[in-house]
Amino acid sequence: MTQAASLHIPTDWRDFLALTKPRVMSLVIFTGICGLIAAPERIHPVLAFTAILCIAVGAGGAAALNQWWEADLDAGMRRTSARPLPAGRMNPDDARDFGVGLCAGSVLLMGLAIGWLAAVILAISIVYYAVVYTIWLKPRTPQNIVIGGGAGAFPPLIGWVAATGEITTMPVLLFAIIFFWTPPHFWALALFVKSEYAKVGIPMMPVVAGERSTRRQILAYAALLLPLSMAPWWIGGTGAVYGLSALALSLVFLGLAARVGLRVSYEGDTMKPEKQLFAWSIIYLFALFAALVADRLIVA
Amino acid sequence: MTDNTPPDPNDIARIRRSRNNVVGLLLAAFVVLVFFISIAKMG
Repeated sequence: MTQAASLHIPTDWRDFLALTKPRVMSLVIFTGICGLIAAPERIHPVLAFTAILCIAVGAGGAAALNQWWEADLDAGMRRTSARPLPAGRMNPDDARDFGVGLCAGSVLLMGLAIGWLAAVILAISIVYYAVVYTIWLKPRTPQNIVIGGGAGAFPPLIGWVAATGEITTMPVLLFAIIFFWTPPHFWALALFVKSEYAKVGIPMMPVVAGERSTRRQILAYAALLLPLSMAPWWIGGTGAVYGLSALALSLVFLGLAARVGLRVSYEGDTMKPEKQLFAWSIIYLFALFAALVADRLIVA
Repeated sequence: MTDNTPPDPNDIARIRRSRNNVVGLLLAAFVVLVFFISIAKMG
């Protein structure tokens, strides 16, 4: 190693942490815990903790790989330009190795400590996000969010499978709820950062299909989400606490989506309804899964 | 990384030290986790 190389500023550990997108990870951890608690079987608390840790670390690794692959795109958007890679605070090879290490370690630990079915689903979710979504779909099709939404829908399914060792209707419904929640959540964001996506050439729905079409689709997905969120109650998988909570939360979601879906933006628009829908969509998912856990605990 | 001024060796040492501390703590936590997983598996 040369003297010049040895004098490079090493990457701060906080930048490695930032690479795992901790804020996104919090939702992943939360839905994973909910899937685990909502499952009808109990596992040892240490194993439950390990399963959630594996889900979190796997999600962090996938996020690191996502940032490694998209460093050039992130540099072109104000929202992401301060991330460690576009800001030049980290060597891209370090980011890639860090991501691969976290992904491999999480799948291996999940398989050895919890079970190989949960480990395989975790591996699929990582490949789905890092390869299918990030590398393949995102730069090619405006349906990237629709299909890619599956990546974020895996945690409750993994949590459930970690507890029970099998896939049944309930965890598939939890998967479907997040899958159908993702498009209106992301497109609400895409509507008010449309110019940034257009600048870096990402074919987000508002950029390719236009605002009007995007708004209609947000409304359509929100309408589909209403019966889908009620389905766990209808099939007898949950009690009335969840069912009534899901009804109230989804009606508010649909109302906000209708406001976004039926309006037309104008020059200098502050996009307040879109921002409110985006904010509510996050609260919605947290509250819906919290209701699922509350329902299970009350029944227990 | 367009700034050509050489980095302060004290900064480098500080960042390395904090990184080493974090890695050390994570390794220790992993060992403890493996211990408790083993206990849980035996139970």
